[in-house]
Amino acid sequence: MGEERIVEIKTEELLKIAEEFKNKGYTYFSFMTAVDEKEKFSLCYRLSSLENKNSITIKVKIPRDNPVIDSLTSLWAGANWQEREVYDLFGIIFEGHPDLRRILLPEYWEGHPLRKDYQDERITKRPDFY
Amino acid sequence: MDIELPNNIILTKLEPFFRWALSHSIYMFPFGTACCGMELIAVNAARYDLMRFGVIPRSTPRQADLMTVAGTITEKMAPLVKRLYEQMATPKYVIAIGSCAISGGPYHYDTYSVVKGVDKIIQVDVYIPGCPPRPEAIIHGFMELQEKVRKGK
Repeated sequence: MGEERIVEIKTEELLKIAEEFKNKGYTYFSFMTAVDEKEKFSLCYRLSSLENKNSITIKVKIPRDNPVIDSLTSLWAGANWQEREVYDLFGIIFEGHPDLRRILLPEYWEGHPLRKDYQDERITKRPDFY
Repeated sequence: MDIELPNNIILTKLEPFFRWALSHSIYMFPFGTACCGMELIAVNAARYDLMRFGVIPRSTPRQADLMTVAGTITEKMAPLVKRLYEQMATPKYVIAIGSCAISGGPYHYDTYSVVKGVDKIIQVDVYIPGCPPRPEAIIHGFMELQEKVRKGK
């Protein structure tokens, strides 16, 4: 709907800018997810405005060796499980999250399987002929 | 034997009689996690009517002779499958329905979360291949199991 708007911001600005967007009417937290880009993780936050009927994407890049970012659970309670999923599969730490533990994988699991460098001897590689 | 019996009396041993009776009154514990579970529901419904073979669905493993594992089993689900299997009283049988329960199926390669076959966790008696198998194939699998029960294997 309309033109697609993507806002790229710095790590430390996230909480402030997200709050500004919330005050501007982007009150609906659609989802958040992460992408492994080898050197960095990029986090995507999708916010929707139900009044104006449009959405924006906020993108933040965080370094791989120190994957820490502010949690948005203080603004949207719905961010809680989404951030737990990203923590579970990518190992990104959300500061200020009330209950940061695994949500999909069992609690004994080691590693974060959606990282590109994830190693597990139980994974069977697909043969070349496919 | 010298005694002449009336025609409506059949002599047999207790053990084969027990197995014959069991094969026609299998109490099934349906464990469905994916689309094969839907197919199992279709088999139990009016058109295919699995109950005419004496297979009766029970909602608890403690009253069941047979566990049907229908669908993908993940690493997180695996301990629950094993615990439910252990709660069943002997003699107990397991049918693996569909590719996922047999070998991991479409999730066999390049996956971190799926168990590659339920036979890695519990002993399986009959495998029904298909993705998901047709109701006729599932009925055939149940009849194979009945044959197996009668033979006492």
